[in-house]
Amino acid sequence: MASTDSSTAFVEFDRVQKSYDGETLVVKDLNLSIGKGEFLTMLGPSGSGKTTCLMMLAGFETATHGEIRLDGKEINNIPPHKRGIGMVFQNYALFPHMTVAENLSFPLEVRKLGKSEREQKIKRALDMVQMGSFGGRRPTQLSGGQQQRIALARALVFEPELVLMDEPLGALDKQLRETLQFEITRVAHDLGITVVYVTHDQTEALTMSDRVAVFDDGRIQQLAAPDTLYEQPQNSFVAQFIGENNTLRGKVAKLSGDHCVVRLDETGEEIDALPVNVTREGDETLVSIRPERVEFNPELGPDAHTLTAEVLEFIYMGDVFRTRLKVAGRDDFIVKTRNRADQTRFAPGQKIQIGWLPQDCRALDP
Amino acid sequence: MSIELPPYASTGQKVWHYAYLVICGLIFFFLIAPILIIIPLSFNAENFFTFTPGMLSFDADAYSLRHYRDFFTNPDWQQALWNSVRIAPVATLISVSLGTLAAVGLSQSHVPFRGAIMAILISPMIVPLIISAAGMYFFYSRIGLQGTYVGVTLAHAALGIPFVIITVTATLVGFDKSLTRASANLGAGPLRTFFKIQMPLILPGVISGGLFAFITSFDEVVVVIFVGSANQQTLPWQMFIGLREQISPTILAVATILVVISIVLLSVVEILRRRSEKLRGMSPG
Repeated sequence: MASTDSSTAFVEFDRVQKSYDGETLVVKDLNLSIGKGEFLTMLGPSGSGKTTCLMMLAGFETATHGEIRLDGKEINNIPPHKRGIGMVFQNYALFPHMTVAENLSFPLEVRKLGKSEREQKIKRALDMVQMGSFGGRRPTQLSGGQQQRIALARALVFEPELVLMDEPLGALDKQLRETLQFEITRVAHDLGITVVYVTHDQTEALTMSDRVAVFDDGRIQQLAAPDTLYEQPQNSFVAQFIGENNTLRGKVAKLSGDHCVVRLDETGEEIDALPVNVTREGDETLVSIRPERVEFNPELGPDAHTLTAEVLEFIYMGDVFRTRLKVAGRDDFIVKTRNRADQTRFAPGQKIQIGWLPQDCRALDP
Repeated sequence: MSIELPPYASTGQKVWHYAYLVICGLIFFFLIAPILIIIPLSFNAENFFTFTPGMLSFDADAYSLRHYRDFFTNPDWQQALWNSVRIAPVATLISVSLGTLAAVGLSQSHVPFRGAIMAILISPMIVPLIISAAGMYFFYSRIGLQGTYVGVTLAHAALGIPFVIITVTATLVGFDKSLTRASANLGAGPLRTFFKIQMPLILPGVISGGLFAFITSFDEVVVVIFVGSANQQTLPWQMFIGLREQISPTILAVATILVVISIVLLSVVEILRRRSEKLRGMSPG
């Protein structure tokens, strides 16, 4: 795992702001340190500012305020072609009038490398993405997945220490995406390069990254390792955006240390929760429970709260079951259970009790 | 081809269909007949602009190459040919260079007043030629360019630029901006990016524009009469004079040669353009 200490940061955004029209900020006060060798993903919905951040790092956009540093040096005023950063574009951006080998040769010719050295590096890069025999083809003769492999090889062939990827797998089908996700992480790990990856696909972010920065509204909402992000979302945006999530609205009735009781608005029922960003009794809150952390007819101890639920739908999905419940007035409460031999399969109309461990139910901002 | 009528066509549709074919035929006839008619006439053995009875009865003696011989031996015509050949390529080169740069520049979204600048650059194509010509005459007289090769060449370049701007702009619409970004990202400076990435990809548009610019200069008569002097008589000018003063069928021979040159030039450039498009992977095949 890469170091995230700011003193050894490889890439640094220091109070960076960006505005296109001089009025609205697309990126608001961004502070981010990326360690050497780290795979960091910027995840967020479109318009959240993540791509703008990547473009500022690549040099295609200028920061309105703040400083961007690479390896300790400020790069705000360095033009893109002098930054030495590799980049993989969403639409591949391969040069259509050149063969695959010529595409890879381009950055090496710019750097005035000799012919034999170029050929050697091109071969190594193509082999790395398992495209060794495609050097003589033109980009239009390749499939989307092959083109993206070549784009990756071209971004790596001149051995940059930092590689940026702008939704590189967005245009590919699911299976190909998964293969390439694996390959990109493998190559990045083998070469020890630092990767900044932009995507709106949370699965991609969770499976590939060392750390994920969740963007919304021009700010980083949470910056954490994938497991932390999924299990301990810091606010309701992150909880909603990452993974599936059940939410219930209520008010904090009792608050003591790392435990609180929330009274639900709809029915007045009380549930146990972990206070995350509620500070006072009486605060409005949105509690968030992952579908796989809900237990049926739980045995949680004498003073634990449970809720009554009505089964609305039972969906068989092979490896898991999804049970849709009516809970506290809402009919979109989902529970996910593994397909085990002893797992009860509920029928619609059944009334059951559900509950959870207090630490799995997070009381977030409303 | 949708020449075939569908089986369910109504009578009205059938009538319109055939009327449409007749109209198309007439339009082609009006466009092409004047050009075609000069070709046999240029082989006239007599000094006439009309078909002689001998020509109509396909008498071999009624045809000759004398007007072609006249064109290639008469010093007036040779001087005119030489002037055209000197002026057109240079004017084309200037049009292509400036027009391409203008089109590339105007394709950048951050350029202010793009619409206005574009309109001004295109204006030589829209403003009646006689007005441009008169304006150039007064302007060039004042700065000493009137009646010089440089003056005529610059005037023709100005007339050719709009064609280059329009064709190159059209090619740039389909140009993927991320390619220039990719090039910069890979370490190439703006000049290398332009010549190695952008230029090869917009070359078909540049070639088409260049061809139009060349033909504009090659058969332009109004501006050259205003801006040029007797020393800069180009082929079209000489033809104009020939028609008014000499009434020699040599004009027909010259016209035929120009038509052939135009067809050859258009075909060659079109073949080259298609080949380069194919090579650059922009069209299937």
